[in-house]
Amino acid sequence: MDRVLDLSSEHLLRDLAPQVLGAVFRRFRDFAAAEDAVQEALIAAAAQWPREGVPDHPRGWLIQVAFRRMTDHVRGELARRQRETAAAMEMDQLAPPPDAAMETDQDDTLILLFMCCHPALTSSSAIALTLRAVGGLTTAEIANAFLVPEATMAQRISRAKNSIKASGVPFRLPTSEEREQRLRAVLHVLYLIFNEGYTSSVGPHLQRLELSRQAIRLTRSVHALLPDHAEVGGLLALMLLTDARGAARTGPDEELIPLLKQDRALWNQAEIAEGIALITAALAKGSIGAYQLQAAVAAVHDEAVRAEDTDWPQILALYELLKRMSDNPMVMLNHAIAAAMVHGPGKGLELLRALDADPRLANHHRLDAVRAHLLEMAGDHEAAIKHYRIAAGRTTSIPERNYLLTQAARLSQSTTSPE
Amino acid sequence: MKYILLMTGAKAGVDAYRAWSENDIQAHFAYLKGLNKELSESGEFVATEGLAPPEQAKVVRGANDGTPITDGVFPEAKEFLLGYWIVDVDSPERAYEVAARVSAGPGPGGVRLSMPIEVRQIMHGRTGELP
Repeated sequence: MDRVLDLSSEHLLRDLAPQVLGAVFRRFRDFAAAEDAVQEALIAAAAQWPREGVPDHPRGWLIQVAFRRMTDHVRGELARRQRETAAAMEMDQLAPPPDAAMETDQDDTLILLFMCCHPALTSSSAIALTLRAVGGLTTAEIANAFLVPEATMAQRISRAKNSIKASGVPFRLPTSEEREQRLRAVLHVLYLIFNEGYTSSVGPHLQRLELSRQAIRLTRSVHALLPDHAEVGGLLALMLLTDARGAARTGPDEELIPLLKQDRALWNQAEIAEGIALITAALAKGSIGAYQLQAAVAAVHDEAVRAEDTDWPQILALYELLKRMSDNPMVMLNHAIAAAMVHGPGKGLELLRALDADPRLANHHRLDAVRAHLLEMAGDHEAAIKHYRIAAGRTTSIPERNYLLTQAARLSQSTTSPE
Repeated sequence: MKYILLMTGAKAGVDAYRAWSENDIQAHFAYLKGLNKELSESGEFVATEGLAPPEQAKVVRGANDGTPITDGVFPEAKEFLLGYWIVDVDSPERAYEVAARVSAGPGPGGVRLSMPIEVRQIMHGRTGELP
């Protein structure tokens, strides 16, 4: 047989990763070592399957290889402990725990997500650990996506695992009281992974698009496990409805194209249809949340055939709801834009003035960028140019800086040269 | 977020450093080596390099036909980049903390150098939605 590890086998490997890890952890109760053993099994599969073909029972194959690695690890540990303390053999470590048969593989994926997105971890550690333990990505792939050396990423993952160990989180689903809050942390990490990948294709950042795909895949699996949770459906819809515009977000010279100037023929209609179906179903469940409202805004944009067909009053109403629900300054900025589109730029600028005192927005480029945009709408080109330039000086994003400087240049040309 | 920490110094400072005792030089390198190891273990290390000494520095400009015009005699007071660290950290405060550690390396007799370290954020390719 001469098969290569095509894309579907790669997906198979990554989808199996959390199931295999769940099985190994259940048997050996050592998360850090089990996670390493599964990573080695995945790497062995990636090397062996293209040569020898995908085995008939890929999951069983991976579990067996990981078990063998774990057994070696446990033997090594026991030998080390015997040398050090002459302690008795802790063979009970190898016995399956009594609850081994109680939970299913599917629960394992959720339990692992709850562990990897534990509130004790910083978001960068939670992201790295989630991508490896649940996403089945290799350390090298994750390091490459974040443009850091592989050794650094390996340390970050190993520290994250140690923190989990130290926090003593049991390997089971959180209790029903803490479950909603822990799920919120999981969704936030998935949202951050999506945003990490939400980038223009400028320069060395090309490969980061992969991260959005991984975030969508992981959120899809959470949605499959919790189909009745409205916010999970809302987050998946938000990702799909945003990702759908990916091809239209940059021009031929990789310059950013804002939403209202995009060529809508390039939008991915299949993703839009799936996203709209998801958000419609989520909203019907009646427990409205921030992801659902953001997805609803994205859906209104995606449904407009031309930019001028956008239903701004509906977007404004959605931001009014979001504003009541969360105290997020970015929501306030988007609300001001929607208000300007409905009631004119004067109303939007008035709302921005109220945000000037917000310390979270002090020196934030987005406030100046929005102000510049609204000043341009109001016809005050000189002030708009000034704020586009201030915003360009404050952003740390290369494509955004280039975009903002281009806006200032376009306006100053049209202001100084008579038409 | 990634930051670059830039260590700069005038040629006079480099000359003074060359007159340090062997112990002082060793202590300084051991300090930086320990810091690098800590940064690797904390999962924050991206890169570090030291640059060849200022005597070898050249400033190059391209002439109209593209040929290089080099310039290599600099005033004593000119600041040279001596080396840099790139770290990937969770907050600007943490970047300042690492920079302070670099700055506080031991000099002659173990006295802290307190060298000025310029901290600059490295730009990235992520974007938010634009109106």
